[in-house]
Amino acid sequence: MYAVMTLRDLIILVIDENAIRASVIEEGLRQAGHGNVTVIHDVQGVGRIIETLRPDVIVIDLENPNRDMLESMFQLSRSVNRPIAMFVDRSDQSTIEAAVEAGVSAYIVDGLRQERVKPILDMAISRFNAFSKMARELEEARSELENRKIIDRAKGILMKSKGLSEEDAYRLLRKTAMNQNRKIAEIAQSLVMAAGLLEE
Amino acid sequence: MTDGAEITIGFLPLLDSAILIAAAEKGFARDEHIDVNLVRETSWANIRDRVAVGHFEAAHMLAPMPIASNLGLSPLSVPLIAPMALGLGGNAVTASVPLYEDMSGRGMAGDLDPADAGRALKTVIAARSEAGMERLRIAVVHPFSGHNYELRYWLTACGVDPERDVDIIVVPPPLMPDALASGNIDMCCVGEPWNSVAVSRGSGRIITVKARIWRNSPEKVLGVTSRWANAQGDVLDALLRALYRAAEWCAGSDNAEELAAILSRPQWLNVDEKLVLGCLTGALATRPDHIVQVDDFFVRHAKAATFPWQSHALWFYSQMVRWGQCGHSAKNAVIARDSYRPDIYRRALKPLPAPLPGANLKVEGALSRPQPVGASKAGLVLGPDGFFDGRIFDPDAIDAYIAGQNGHRGN
Repeated sequence: MYAVMTLRDLIILVIDENAIRASVIEEGLRQAGHGNVTVIHDVQGVGRIIETLRPDVIVIDLENPNRDMLESMFQLSRSVNRPIAMFVDRSDQSTIEAAVEAGVSAYIVDGLRQERVKPILDMAISRFNAFSKMARELEEARSELENRKIIDRAKGILMKSKGLSEEDAYRLLRKTAMNQNRKIAEIAQSLVMAAGLLEE
Repeated sequence: MTDGAEITIGFLPLLDSAILIAAAEKGFARDEHIDVNLVRETSWANIRDRVAVGHFEAAHMLAPMPIASNLGLSPLSVPLIAPMALGLGGNAVTASVPLYEDMSGRGMAGDLDPADAGRALKTVIAARSEAGMERLRIAVVHPFSGHNYELRYWLTACGVDPERDVDIIVVPPPLMPDALASGNIDMCCVGEPWNSVAVSRGSGRIITVKARIWRNSPEKVLGVTSRWANAQGDVLDALLRALYRAAEWCAGSDNAEELAAILSRPQWLNVDEKLVLGCLTGALATRPDHIVQVDDFFVRHAKAATFPWQSHALWFYSQMVRWGQCGHSAKNAVIARDSYRPDIYRRALKPLPAPLPGANLKVEGALSRPQPVGASKAGLVLGPDGFFDGRIFDPDAIDAYIAGQNGHRGN
């Protein structure tokens, strides 16, 4: 035995159907100095990939319906020749909770030292959370834009049918929304729909 | 005492989530002053993990899952209990169209008889092996599932070795119809409505059913952590009462159409209402334009369908041993048995006019006809409960049963 062993690069497999999020994770791993990272988006044929790649760590998103399939392959020594234990087994409760909360799960080869794997999961958790936040903000921005468009259309309808100025049309929308305890965009939506029905 | 209790329950889109969905949709939970929030999940692994970290107070679980967890066989093994079953039966075995035609060509009558289908399958496998063709690929939903065990039971009893003659893999239930269509798998054993969906899409034909392999046999349970059950006993009891009354409602033949309409909604199963109705009434379209009426296909309430029989837990355990998932010891058998909690079921349902079985275990497969049994109130009838090969499981003789099984032979 050598007194000092050089740690070889961990072989990491990332399975994520969301290509953007997968690349965010991949980039995080590379920045942390992991050079041997493989990313797949489709679990089709994952058994063969695991067999040839022989990963030390597998990171998978919780939304993937094929987690059961993946776990069953770890039990079948026929298709995967190395025992793979679940990372979550040997990590602390708060990491497990944070991982499930973030929507990510990881599996590691049995016997791999905790200190080597925990940073990987911590990184995956923070990147998953950042991705969710970004996706949420994008969604909000998108609906904000949609709302603005629909309000503009409603204003146009009011200006044309009632001969109002743009400012007055907006005031009318806002007043109606306040009276009905609804959002301006909802009132605008109803108005646009109603106008559409009347046109037909 | 339970006023305003909120319970989040995870489920997979399957026919036997019916009792949970009915409890929420038909007001049975509200009657018990509990607010049920159902969350549809994509995998049993997620159900397990989210119960373990406390996202879900309770979940729709494969009956062997709590047993496997208590035996330390699954990741994140936390102590789980099954205080209630969620019905009996509900699964089927579906072959791809090419395999079905091959089996029909080798004399399969197509009336769902497991022995008949098994004979044809054995002939097909022999012919494929002789021709140097690949092994048939058969999908189940999870390694610790009734599907895995009933499939292997059926195959073995028909002379097919599940470990050498075929490849058994795992596919999520809603993906089975596509997997059959694409040729990724040749056969699957899955809960309804996914067999019926495969038939309706033209990608599969039902060849036998759980109810014919082992009549009135266990399938899903309500799973909760021991920790939660101990801390929130009152809430758990209220939930069990709500589910019991939901099960009673689900079983009413006058309610089948309404139940089918509810289950078919996008947030629940998101499957055509007519297909769901066929599954509920046991009128299975096994192939296009061919309906077979299956007795006791999916039993929601009668025959103590929600009682957590410890003999069911022990049978599942005997199959875990059979297929090399765990070793047999007296200690393991006790862990498996005690994963099911008939004591909690009785405690919770005491205020209801429900006939509760007097025993915790029964001999499985011994009843060839319906039979009244000892209960807290008159009116409880069990069975028939036969295994298709006529074997009997006596939980008191589990050592002999395990010793007499041919199963896993190592790798």
